Amino acid sequence: MSYTIEGETGLWELVIGLEVHAQVVSNAKLFSGAATAFGAEPNSQVSFVDAGFPGMLPVINRECVAQAVRTGLGLNAKVNLWSRFDRKNYFYADLPQGYQISQFAHPIIGEGQIEIELQDGSTKTIGITRLHLEQDAGKSLHDQHPSKSFIDLNRSGVALMEIVSEPDMRSPEEAGAYLTKLRQILRYLGTCDGNMEEGSMRADVNVSVRKADEGYRTRCEVKNVNSIRFVMQAVEAEARRQIEVWESGGTVEQETRLFDTGRGITRSMRSKEDAHDYRYFPDPDLPPLVIEQSWVDQLKAALPELPDQRRARYVRDYGVTPYDAHVLTLEKETAAYYEAVAKGRDAKQAANWVMGDLFAAINRTKTSIAEPPVSAADLGALLDLMADSTLSGKLAKEVFEVMVETGRAPGVIVEERGLRQVTDTGAIEAVIDGVLAANADKVAEYRSGKDKLFGFFVGQTMKAMQGKGNPALVNEVLKKKLA
Amino acid sequence: MHPTDFTLAGAVAALEEGVISAAELTRAHVEAIEALNPRLNALLTVTAEHAMEAAKGSDAKRARGEAGPLEGIPLAIKDLFCTEGVQTTAASKILEGFIPPYESTVTSKLKRDGAVFLGKANLDEFAMGSSNLTSAYGGVLNPWSRRNDPDARLVPGGSSGGSAAAVAARMALGATGTDTGGSIRQPAAFCGIAGIKPTYGRCSRFGIVAFASSLDQAGPFARTVEDCAILLRSMAGHDPKDSTSADKPVPDFAKACTRSVKGLRIGVPKEYRLDGTPPEIEKLWRQGLDWLREAGAEIVEISLPHTQYALPTYYIVAPAEASSNLARYDGVRFGLRVAEKTSDLRDLYERTREAGFGQEVRRRIMIGTYVLSAGYYDAYYLKAQKVRALIARDFREAWSQVDAIVTPATPSAAFAEGENSDDPIKMYLNDVFTVTANLAGLPGLAVPAGLDPQGLPLGLQVIGRPFDEETVFAVGAAIERAADFKALPSMRAGA
Repeated sequence: MSYTIEGETGLWELVIGLEVHAQVVSNAKLFSGAATAFGAEPNSQVSFVDAGFPGMLPVINRECVAQAVRTGLGLNAKVNLWSRFDRKNYFYADLPQGYQISQFAHPIIGEGQIEIELQDGSTKTIGITRLHLEQDAGKSLHDQHPSKSFIDLNRSGVALMEIVSEPDMRSPEEAGAYLTKLRQILRYLGTCDGNMEEGSMRADVNVSVRKADEGYRTRCEVKNVNSIRFVMQAVEAEARRQIEVWESGGTVEQETRLFDTGRGITRSMRSKEDAHDYRYFPDPDLPPLVIEQSWVDQLKAALPELPDQRRARYVRDYGVTPYDAHVLTLEKETAAYYEAVAKGRDAKQAANWVMGDLFAAINRTKTSIAEPPVSAADLGALLDLMADSTLSGKLAKEVFEVMVETGRAPGVIVEERGLRQVTDTGAIEAVIDGVLAANADKVAEYRSGKDKLFGFFVGQTMKAMQGKGNPALVNEVLKKKLA
Repeated sequence: MHPTDFTLAGAVAALEEGVISAAELTRAHVEAIEALNPRLNALLTVTAEHAMEAAKGSDAKRARGEAGPLEGIPLAIKDLFCTEGVQTTAASKILEGFIPPYESTVTSKLKRDGAVFLGKANLDEFAMGSSNLTSAYGGVLNPWSRRNDPDARLVPGGSSGGSAAAVAARMALGATGTDTGGSIRQPAAFCGIAGIKPTYGRCSRFGIVAFASSLDQAGPFARTVEDCAILLRSMAGHDPKDSTSADKPVPDFAKACTRSVKGLRIGVPKEYRLDGTPPEIEKLWRQGLDWLREAGAEIVEISLPHTQYALPTYYIVAPAEASSNLARYDGVRFGLRVAEKTSDLRDLYERTREAGFGQEVRRRIMIGTYVLSAGYYDAYYLKAQKVRALIARDFREAWSQVDAIVTPATPSAAFAEGENSDDPIKMYLNDVFTVTANLAGLPGLAVPAGLDPQGLPLGLQVIGRPFDEETVFAVGAAIERAADFKALPSMRAGA
């Protein structure tokens, strides 16, 4: 049953398309040599080109083009060997040239598609319309002075990829899953860091609603939504607003809106009548961008493994469930961590530890997989100590907690605290003999048929051994002695 | 012989032989500027002290045996080239006080080769004009005058009017210009000197205040074709900072000036015979072709069928690009800022740009904005681009029949202030013979070839294949030799 919203006049379907602006990972800007690091002092990463000084000219940064091509390949999209930059003209104080250089008519990447994963385990293909390269603008700061606006041009000229989807999404969940998947692919490719809090990735959300079996109705664009959760909220809020407009006899007007995260509603930003006439025309400072198929092939051959491929490999080679594979590949850091632990070990056990104890420890200590409380090497060593029977599962959990607390290697903790599991049958027999002698009455009860008491003897033995007895050996010896 | 009477090549030889020092040469030109510039207004900024220091440095370099090819040669620089530490205005109020912290590539190359900069030459505001009258700092007087009306204030042409007047009046041995629709060739013709707009991409545009990016090209002015060739060799060359600059070797253009034109096929486009062209222009053109025929060239009539659309095409493409290129002059980061009593950002823009831009610049911004607007783009800008491609194709087809094309440089001799200024269209017609080379990206040279009945200089234009400036120089030099143009302007150093 597909997602619908029930209005007064019946069920409404949602139609959603996303335009995602993703900042390209590169050392220099799209058309200048200025640096792109986040968080630098205002106006410290600005060349005369970025500041729109007289006589300055743009020169394309080859690496930014390579990043766009890699992204296109990762989105299973057509790479256009001929593309062109246009000027989008408008005045604003943080747009020094008075125009943004963008690819309006001839984008570098054409149609593609990605597959999204939904909660119920199903998948859906979402079409990509295009990807183009463009410059970011600077930043206007209106809250620094009572009567002045300040301008920071550090972002001015930074390369962005605008990735436009087809209107293929039908629910907030699908919109969220699309953005999640897109972010995952970009991060795997290393073409965008996907950091939405720092503004490295932001989405314009196009929403319309319709009754079943209708064509598209007018859409509205909700600008600059900066988290996956907000995208999902904005979709729903905007859809509900439009349903109300239609049902009260009104008409949805095409316009640009903003999502008010505090109140959970969208607000009008500008209507179609106020829309700029951007006067796009080919930038005469830049010849058409022509790339060689052989270069594209080289970039393709050097592409890293993508999430879908990696997930399939985990299922195939590591024998983990599709769901576990999905979770483990969601972030490439998690996948790297997992592979470091699983390599040469019991891969399923590794998956359980990473998704169980490690994730819990990360949550508890408020750390991240990028800076984990326990390194992959240490977790691997812990698994090795279980494999060679130095530690029981129970002891291993204890050691793991000490590792989280102290950051020390499991071998060191085992030695220091004498947590080594006892596998010496003689030693176990001696302890069991003592336990049985001290509990002669219980032994008699057991032998007269009270089988449940077996657990009691195991417990007493483990207690006497401070938990270090090998559980299998303890069981085995007890059974023999009680027989 | 007065030091300002040297040709550039002659001065180079004299410096090499020690006949004159760079300091003496520069001092003579500084004195000429002091004497003439108050009347001519050819230079907006005179950097006499800098120039004298540089000249002394040149003498020292020469003494050490490190002289560059232009060592100690005093030049004027069109005030459209950004010069580090020296105010660059584009003859506009909006850039008043702007001192670039960087140097244009072309002027860097000239400096590298030892040239001495005397100052910044006047021009039409943002290079938009054919008379130099749109300069916010006043027009430039043409050093030539009419035989029968010596008091008429003649214009030097534009937009590089200051550069042309300075070279003609012997205030500099050469000058830089830029040419978007004829801005080197028309003033060169009006002032009786030579000037070449090279192939688009031959000279870097980096650091030149942009007018229309797809048409703008830098080029030199000098009193001889060979001098232009010497200057162009220093100015040209690939620049990674300009994506439209061509990665081609720079030949020895001066050497090409001595090439014979024997066997060359010279094209005469029939569409350039316009109704209403003054008879002296027609006569000069025929004369030029006769000279070339006598020198062994073959004259071939050709057709460039889309010529009649060139001017309207130019006046759509150039303003369109200009409207966008000039958006950066907004009062926010540099230059003029009219901030008093402004209520908001838009108000700041409007007041600054209204106060900063002159009438012609505003007219072109409006035309350009209009032709790029939604609903008009296809009818104007897109159509103009298509016609531009056809004009370029006309020339490509012509190159299968001829090696160079010779036309008049201008439809008239220099006119007087006020004579063309009532009607912008009339003014735009000055570019009728020159805009095609810009639209097609071809090299075009203006060479003085004769005088009109009033004793004013007239020029011929030589157009060549892309990156074949050598043939253009060869043909231009042949015309120059045959014309033996010896007339001098009434206002000049030493006169």
